Amino acid sequence: MSTDQHDFYAHGSETSQGRVFTVTGQDWDSISEGLGEGAEERIVVNMGPQHPSTHGVLRLILELEGETVTEARCGIGYLHTGIEKNMEYRSWVQGVTFCTRMDYLSPFFNEATYCLGVERLLDIEDQIPEKAQVMRVLLMELNRISSHLVAIATGGMEIGALTVMTVGFRERELVLDLFETITGLRMNHAFIRPGGVAQDLPAGALDDIRAFVALMKKRLPEYADFCNANPIFRGRLEGVGELDLAGCLALGITGPPLRATGYAWDLRKTQPYSGYEDYEFDVQTWDTPDAYGRFRVRLNEMWESLRIVEQCADRLAGLDGAPVMVGDKKVAWPSQLAIGSDGMGNSLDHIRHIMGESMEALIHHFKLVTEGFRVPPGQAFVPVESPRGELAAHVVSDGGTRPFRAHFRDPSFVNLQGTSVMSEGGMVSDVIVAIASIDPVMGGVDR
Amino acid sequence: MSDEKKKEFGTADNVRVTRDTPGTRAREDEVNAPGEGGEILPADATQERAVGVRRGMFGAAGTGDTSGFGGLVAPVIFPGATQRPYGGWFDEVADALAEGLAGSGLEQATDRVVVHRGEITFHVRREDLLPVVRLLRDDARLRFELCSSISGVHYPEDAGRELHVVYHLLSMTHNRRVRLEVAVPDSDPHLPTVVPVYPTADWHERETWDMFGVVFDGHPALTRILMPDDWPGHPQRKDYPLGGIPVEYKGGSVPPPDQRRSYT
Repeated sequence: MSTDQHDFYAHGSETSQGRVFTVTGQDWDSISEGLGEGAEERIVVNMGPQHPSTHGVLRLILELEGETVTEARCGIGYLHTGIEKNMEYRSWVQGVTFCTRMDYLSPFFNEATYCLGVERLLDIEDQIPEKAQVMRVLLMELNRISSHLVAIATGGMEIGALTVMTVGFRERELVLDLFETITGLRMNHAFIRPGGVAQDLPAGALDDIRAFVALMKKRLPEYADFCNANPIFRGRLEGVGELDLAGCLALGITGPPLRATGYAWDLRKTQPYSGYEDYEFDVQTWDTPDAYGRFRVRLNEMWESLRIVEQCADRLAGLDGAPVMVGDKKVAWPSQLAIGSDGMGNSLDHIRHIMGESMEALIHHFKLVTEGFRVPPGQAFVPVESPRGELAAHVVSDGGTRPFRAHFRDPSFVNLQGTSVMSEGGMVSDVIVAIASIDPVMGGVDR
Repeated sequence: MSDEKKKEFGTADNVRVTRDTPGTRAREDEVNAPGEGGEILPADATQERAVGVRRGMFGAAGTGDTSGFGGLVAPVIFPGATQRPYGGWFDEVADALAEGLAGSGLEQATDRVVVHRGEITFHVRREDLLPVVRLLRDDARLRFELCSSISGVHYPEDAGRELHVVYHLLSMTHNRRVRLEVAVPDSDPHLPTVVPVYPTADWHERETWDMFGVVFDGHPALTRILMPDDWPGHPQRKDYPLGGIPVEYKGGSVPPPDQRRSYT
């Protein structure tokens, strides 16, 4: 039966659905021979879930006529981790540790939307300290830069622009270094907590942030020089994956694809949260709703994020020593971290207080850390503008110490529904460009 | 979004245990004043909605609970129906919706409106869901053109309405958000699909079917989306354990987390 004598795995077999080949690379000749004379042009190709250019474990089922895609479908669920279910078995604060892992390229946005929802249910939205708000905005905007850098880098890699990839990851590393300075971790921070943020800014962090902004102002123009007018780059991106405003709204697509249609919808402006109304920045739009327009929107948004980061740094310079957690001791996380001689750990002052000075403080600490606080019954939905679009957590409480239900409206999940309409009728090679232009992160899609 | 924070129903402090037997549910047919949309209802206990019972205080059951609070029984009470005026633009939306529904003879379609924490929720009867969302999308005064999210919530003790499906709609034209909530019984978990109105609902409804077992009648291809096609059960339901199945690998078997250690 096998038509290929060289590759044991890439053989053909007859099934009720027709002839099936397993393609392993560089074996197209054996397949075209195996199809023989008079074979029909229509073939169905399974791309993924283990394909390097599908952004993780995304499976595409493509029906092809020659090189033209006649039908494109997505298969998802390969990274389903049950995070939403797990959150129902942990306290409200521990929920942050889970949801930060969903869309792993924009962890702070997952944390922020969840915490904003919990804070709304707790009715403490007005009590979040200013410094915590500014730090949240700072981290989210740095995160937007790092996420857009990955989007541009991987998108470039997939069309063969390897230098765009290397410079993209070079700059992203700088952002991750800043995250490590501020939160202690490069990813999966669990830093934004209900009521504020986990820790104050460490000494010297503002200097690092300012140095980063200065460096990025030199390096961001490199991306524009590489790509904006590059004829090969434009040739691959322009006119690919087009989706106009009506299509975006019907399919629920938000974020850069929506703004590339020319519609300036950005939740930071239209429905501000965390004090975004106090910052000066512009919503970036573009006039071609294609992959190129989305690329330019992302590039321009990084400049706007740098503007916001600068404003955050200026405000934080005047907030030295201000609280970063809500004053309500029934909500605020009791323990504090500090740098000791052996690295970061529990603050020795706090340990001394609860272990040596106050039994009540020990009970309070124990209750809040093990049992957690109670959240009044109800439901909340507070969306934020993540790098990929509208991200929101539907948080339901039954009055207990654990979420009754937490559902995340992840923009990657929704935007992926545009795959069919963006790819069908185009070339196979443009499918990858179209999907890269909506920048799906499978951790967020499958949750 | 709203200047209407917390003028409405309440916080945990006014969770009143007014019923003689805990867990007696305030059915909405008691709440439902027939016809008149704007009528002020008496603010009595029937306004609240109990959806379950909480036992004990610390989550531990059986001999594990040495606190002395194990016998505590309290109803879980959600924010009840809100009376007019709702405040802000909520009344405009409610008026436009009521007028549009009256035009097509569906005055009873929204049987309860809850305003809580600056968000408005319309509880919609399932048979009227499609005309309601169509009106919300198409009416110039409503214009909710984007369906942001659809998901389910399982209230196993809310008898006769165990499965709730929650729709979050966004009007970019007016910069407003509303929530629709439809409750269906576990024994008959059928709901009309909203895909003809909002194509984006496709995957959301597939996920809600996958996770809760809610059947969306008329959906173009209601198949599982996150779990494998042949998966038994619907994992996000409250009666589905965390972990659920043993992991089998090379002849060995690791029990599911819920059987390794108790989390309840």
